[in-house]
Amino acid sequence: MSIYRLILNRIASALLTLLLVSLVIFIISDLLPGDAAQEMLGQSATPEQVAALRHDLGLDRPAYVRFGDWVGGIVSGDPGTSMVANMPVAEVIAERLPNTLRLAALTAAFTVPLSLLIGISAAMNRGGRLDRMLSISTLAMVAMPEFLVATLGVLIFSVKLRLLPSITMVTSDQPWGEFLRSYTLPVLSLSVVVIAQMSRMTRAAVIDQLNQPYVEMAMLKGVGRVAIVRRHVLPNAIGPIINAMALSLSYLLGGAIIVETIFNYPGLASLMVNAVTSRDTPLLQACAMIFCAAYLLLLLAADIIAILANPRLHNK
Amino acid sequence: MDGPMPFSRRELLGMGLAATLLPDFAGAASKPRRGGRIRVASVASSTADTLDPAKGSLSTDYVRHYMAYSGLTQLDRQMQGRPGLAESFESRDQMVWRFHLRKGVTFHNGKSLTSADVVYSLLRHKDPLTGSKVASIADQFLAVRAVSTHEVEITLSGPNVDLPIILSQSHFLIVPAGEKAFRTGNGTGPYRIVDFKPGIRTIGRRFENYYKPGKPYLDEIELIGIPDEVSRVNALLSGDVHLINAVNARSSKRILAGGRGLLESQSSFYTNLIMRQDMLPTSNPHFVMAMKNLLDRPLIKRALFRNYATIANDHPIPPFHPFCRDDLPQTVLDLDKARYHLRKAGLTGVRLPMFAAPAAEGSVDMASILQEYGGRVGLNLAVNRVPADGYWSTHWMKHPLTFGNTNPRPTADMLFSVFYKSDAAWNESGWKNPRFDKLLVEARGEADFARRKQLYGEMQGLVRDHCGVGIPVFISLIDGYDKRLKGLYPVPLGGFMGYTFAEHVWWEG
Repeated sequence: MSIYRLILNRIASALLTLLLVSLVIFIISDLLPGDAAQEMLGQSATPEQVAALRHDLGLDRPAYVRFGDWVGGIVSGDPGTSMVANMPVAEVIAERLPNTLRLAALTAAFTVPLSLLIGISAAMNRGGRLDRMLSISTLAMVAMPEFLVATLGVLIFSVKLRLLPSITMVTSDQPWGEFLRSYTLPVLSLSVVVIAQMSRMTRAAVIDQLNQPYVEMAMLKGVGRVAIVRRHVLPNAIGPIINAMALSLSYLLGGAIIVETIFNYPGLASLMVNAVTSRDTPLLQACAMIFCAAYLLLLLAADIIAILANPRLHNK
Repeated sequence: MDGPMPFSRRELLGMGLAATLLPDFAGAASKPRRGGRIRVASVASSTADTLDPAKGSLSTDYVRHYMAYSGLTQLDRQMQGRPGLAESFESRDQMVWRFHLRKGVTFHNGKSLTSADVVYSLLRHKDPLTGSKVASIADQFLAVRAVSTHEVEITLSGPNVDLPIILSQSHFLIVPAGEKAFRTGNGTGPYRIVDFKPGIRTIGRRFENYYKPGKPYLDEIELIGIPDEVSRVNALLSGDVHLINAVNARSSKRILAGGRGLLESQSSFYTNLIMRQDMLPTSNPHFVMAMKNLLDRPLIKRALFRNYATIANDHPIPPFHPFCRDDLPQTVLDLDKARYHLRKAGLTGVRLPMFAAPAAEGSVDMASILQEYGGRVGLNLAVNRVPADGYWSTHWMKHPLTFGNTNPRPTADMLFSVFYKSDAAWNESGWKNPRFDKLLVEARGEADFARRKQLYGEMQGLVRDHCGVGIPVFISLIDGYDKRLKGLYPVPLGGFMGYTFAEHVWWEG
């Protein structure tokens, strides 16, 4: 009972957060100087043109009416129409969301196993040569900005060696080999930071558990090192590890802007930057809501997994 | 004009530019052939991308519109309006114009072109709901009416010799009558739009019924936007794209070293120092003269633009323009003169801020150079570097000393009307010159070339001597291209051959 209570609580607070976030998003996007009508018409606009377009777009209505309309629309599943592209927001996003999800999924599939492996083996060899080597390299990776990794990657693999494409083209009829080639550089660039962060967190979480008295007890009982980690340490360390993963993955969903820019990848992050510069509020708000919802969803999932995996909570 | 100096650089450019500068030679080296698919990367692409020519605001839009649509007229190599969809046009008084449409021209969906399409396409600019970028230019269309199914009469509010040039611009391309949604790009242009996703890509496939026999040459063009300059250049070097625009002069060596071609288009694109004539102390004519004498034009040309620029003389008509007056003495860096004028103005030792932003290309560096020379003549200039976002609305023309940035315009009249007429919204320096305004209207209606050149010449002198703008150089526009792409030549109105490359180029793969 108490576990379900706990989970339901988390879900309820996530929904409340989402509502508050929607209010904040709306207020902030309303505070941006200028509006879509001015941005669309540019500097040469006459006041009559701006007024006509503003009325056409419904921008001349009071803010609370627009907010009510928008939240109502979102709840019923219709985030409105993009003012600039003149297409339903859902359609614009449907074009980009799969790209972002694909890039995030590929990166996650590559980084999660690798960083678990690095983090756990570093923790098990704490202070040893392997640990020091892994620590130094992951620290160096954390310090390496994405734009540097991506640009060097392009210079070496695309411009010099001509092995991989320098921009990532997304087409539906791509053969598999082509698909993998075009995603290699962006996935690698994103992975550098993500692997470093995730493996550092994993290492810390595992070491934290290795320092606990129960591990000492198990060791004294003669349990092997690998068995200790697998049977006793990991179930206890899974909470912080999953949390670290959730943070990294939410970064992949919304924060890949630099990689998207360098590889000209049509993802959600660049769409949102677009929406800001063109003051396309419905699109901007929808993107922001997607990022917030994804973030909350990942954290919620992390919480739930941590709760379910926590042996102490199980025994109650 | 430009002196013999730049030819060492032209040698660097190699065969690519030489071939494009000399059309006869280019013809001998390579004959147009059909086939091929290219990918083109432009500087800007966003969800604002549109298939509506009236709304086009960025290079990608202009290219897309010239792919899908055609104009009543089009520009020749001398930047004169020549027949396009109109097989001929005439006007006796430069006020009432008759356009005779070509027969048998069809839209991509099979519909025939008639005068109704032309009337609709031109008049929609006057409807505020269209959101047209050229509404202020379309204001001069008093009436546009269909005389017969293939004849259109345009009545202007005043005589304008440049109408055929104006109508060749992408905003005035012809769309089918009644078109409002602009989802398919149904035009009479050389390429059918088969895929259009704003901010992602446009794919155009050759339109077999294009009205020019044999054209276009390419089977397919994919147009994408790569806003990041380094990524755009890398994509050209790695072979992922075959043509890019807006190359920074700093990347020119990399592109040449990578075996790609550079197309330099000398243009009337400039960044200028603005000295407001309605604010102190910049309204003092001696101060203006001092500042013009402080501009080290060769240094700006060499250091800021790696010689991809043309020295200017404080008026907006570049030396290669047919209307350029060549007997105006060139203002040069002259510290003694600057010191003299400053003393005359009583402004020696004064401290003045200059507002510069990356939004006006090169302005921050120009300001630093001015600051350096200012210090030598007893003028304490401070460089206020402000962010690009919001520069045009919050700083430009709003302080005594700011920088502006003007894109090429197809006619001298447009340039002068938009930026130098006394009551123009963008009269950057706020100068008022009744003689200039009078000449402007007179030249607009003057059909005789020699007389017109004389009028524009006098206006150039007035701007150079009295207007509060300092124009150090005209900045060249640079495209990079795969050398298998043939038929490119520079057009001073913009990169990508003035955005019209699609119908002219062929692939020799």
